Amino acid sequence: MAAKKATGKKPNISVDELKEYYREMLLIRRFEEKAGQLYGMGAIGGFCHLYIGQEAVVVGLEATAIEGDQRITSYRDHGHMLACGMDPNGVMAELTGREGGYSRGKGGSMHMFSEEKKFYGGHGIVAAQVPLGTGLAFANWYRENDNVSYIYFGDGAANQGQVYESLNMASLWKLPAIFVIENNQYAMGTSLARASSTPALYTRGEAFGVPGEAVDGMDVMAVKAAGEKAAAHCRAGKGPYILEMNTYRYRGHSMSDPAKYRTREEVQKMKDTRDPIEHVREMLIDSGSIKEEDLKAIDKDIKAIVNESARFAQESPEPALSELYTDITLEAN
Amino acid sequence: MAIEILMPALSPTMEEGTLAKWLVAEGDEVQSGQIIAEIETDKATMEFEAVDEGKIGKLLIAEGTANVKVNTAIALLLEDGDSADAVATPSAQAPTPVAETAPSAPATAAAPITSAPEEMDLPEGTTFKQQTVREALRDGMSEEMRSNKDVFLMGEEVGEYQGAYKISQGMLDEFGAKRVIDTPITEMGFTGLATGAALSGLRPIVEFMTFNFAMQAIDHIINSAAKTLYMSGGQMGCPIVFRGANGAAARVGAQHSQCFAAWYAQIPGLKVVMPYSADDYKGLMKSAIRDPNPVVFLENEILYGKSFDVPEIEDYMVPIGKARIRRTGSDVTLVSFGISVGYCLEAADALAEQGISAEVVDLRSLRPIDYDTVLNSVMKTNRCVTVEEGWPVASIGNHIGSVVMQRAFDHLDAPVISVCGKDVPMPYAANLEKLALVTTDDIIDAVKSVTYR
Repeated sequence: MAAKKATGKKPNISVDELKEYYREMLLIRRFEEKAGQLYGMGAIGGFCHLYIGQEAVVVGLEATAIEGDQRITSYRDHGHMLACGMDPNGVMAELTGREGGYSRGKGGSMHMFSEEKKFYGGHGIVAAQVPLGTGLAFANWYRENDNVSYIYFGDGAANQGQVYESLNMASLWKLPAIFVIENNQYAMGTSLARASSTPALYTRGEAFGVPGEAVDGMDVMAVKAAGEKAAAHCRAGKGPYILEMNTYRYRGHSMSDPAKYRTREEVQKMKDTRDPIEHVREMLIDSGSIKEEDLKAIDKDIKAIVNESARFAQESPEPALSELYTDITLEAN
Repeated sequence: MAIEILMPALSPTMEEGTLAKWLVAEGDEVQSGQIIAEIETDKATMEFEAVDEGKIGKLLIAEGTANVKVNTAIALLLEDGDSADAVATPSAQAPTPVAETAPSAPATAAAPITSAPEEMDLPEGTTFKQQTVREALRDGMSEEMRSNKDVFLMGEEVGEYQGAYKISQGMLDEFGAKRVIDTPITEMGFTGLATGAALSGLRPIVEFMTFNFAMQAIDHIINSAAKTLYMSGGQMGCPIVFRGANGAAARVGAQHSQCFAAWYAQIPGLKVVMPYSADDYKGLMKSAIRDPNPVVFLENEILYGKSFDVPEIEDYMVPIGKARIRRTGSDVTLVSFGISVGYCLEAADALAEQGISAEVVDLRSLRPIDYDTVLNSVMKTNRCVTVEEGWPVASIGNHIGSVVMQRAFDHLDAPVISVCGKDVPMPYAANLEKLALVTTDDIIDAVKSVTYR
């Protein structure tokens, strides 16, 4: 977790802004906890990868996005969808495989999309989203707009060859792509030290002339500051940027994780000392302008949203059997 | 003894070329390694070096001569002690230039049987021009790029090199470097990149130098391009064309000679075409670019230089998913696609002389497949032979045979035979390679078997 701070000074963030980040991070956490619960009840099947612990990364970066920017990520995608404004009901109903889900039940946890929110998945093949996201950046370059593509991938994916093919092309053509490495320290059950010959992932673009920096991914303000710098770099036509977000996932890789590769103490220590939501909570209280009751009201509000999503996801009907044969190809004009 | 300088083969598939320019004259001394001529192949203009030292005794082929066959003597080189008299009688015949024609244009029917070339469903008075498959592909792409600025071409050597197989010749000049994009050699990367661009609504054409290299990128073709529409509940289409040479070229060995038709045809979410003639290459390319789905467009290197009649119709389109009856017949149905259609037409000619009338169905599209055209033909002829260059296990022919069995069993007078490439990696040796590929004789033998002759 030895991360070089992105910027020397913390940005000026208003209490209202901070409160919003608190709210967004809490939504992700409570949503994921509920998803874990529904999984345990058998309402959610297959693979389910929870984002708990990593909330500051996506919330901090979403705060730097403008209208039209794209985002794309791996299979650990629920947090990204909530952070970009997708409807919790639609996400949860996709997890339960119901008609009300974003993909009408045909995608599942790992495969959701929103044309409206420019969320391009949800990808189950490790690192496949990296060239795809580079293609979204290419589309911005081709269309000559000011948009940036946020490409999220993990420390495990950072060892895939296609990441380097993408870095090369993005740098060669000066594409507006932010490569966000969510380094949660474990690629499934393999620690960074056991999988990466060099642990400083933010330097992985050096061979291609892509600047990068390590960021405390448990600190939403540090994330936002780094994201602003990277986005400005991209929007100025200077090409891609790497942000290595040092973060931590509290839960297993997926729901069927035996957790033999790390100690209970390690996880507990992170929760106690580095929790991104607790950090913001303390700051808000310390600011003096927010009272415990205000935060409790937010908690209550979030709980209601999440409970509603769980209700919706369980009551929404299963897709019609005729859906088996729809959406395979589009009709040619 | 004078040395004959022979017309060189400058690519694996070159059979003839144009002697564009002599850079030496009779009587000149030449050194080993000296450039003595410029030779134009169907792909590029290349410099030709002398191998031996000596004096040019005679230039046997005038510059500007086209259609000079490989291994024709083009000049005589005198070594020390040779006299100019030695140059009188070259052993190789100078070529008689002939216009390039389609290899398999049906000959006039030799036997009085009911087997006839196809009638095309085109407006009355349609005129045609002779065009190579290469030119037809370029025209198809260029027309679509002119009409839709979201269409662009991306791949290795498509720009400044003018295309590894010269398909995109001139396109960089017309459309600029932003729309004709040279990529690094990075198949997985640029295929994923183009797929991402397509998900955002652009319409990329990805050229694979050959489809053998697309194996490095197949995850994006299948997992990213073909499945996203379904996985997104119909939200996110992927309008992209993956195109390039597929199947055996000539003498390039196992890693560069493989037909992927059956692989891609299996994938829901893809469309797959594998045309034979230049008109279909053009019309199907235009349809593929306009199609809102990912289209795998399987071309053939040997066909690139072959010429066919292409209708001079503005915006000539050929629909994906419709087969074409290349030749009508009554005794047996030959079902094929791609270069093998040419072998079927040759076989049909030979069979006609033996009194067997073969109908040739060119599938053109492998996903979706036009089953009705196949079944209607088989119900008429009662016999079916499928022909393809790919391997026999789980081949397109196996699938067609299965469908025919299920839907036209009572009409069959013989089992369906699938004629395929042999079940081996492609050998390099010329004789073994010939043996590994589908031949016209293989088709004739299969037809005789199903007609019990």
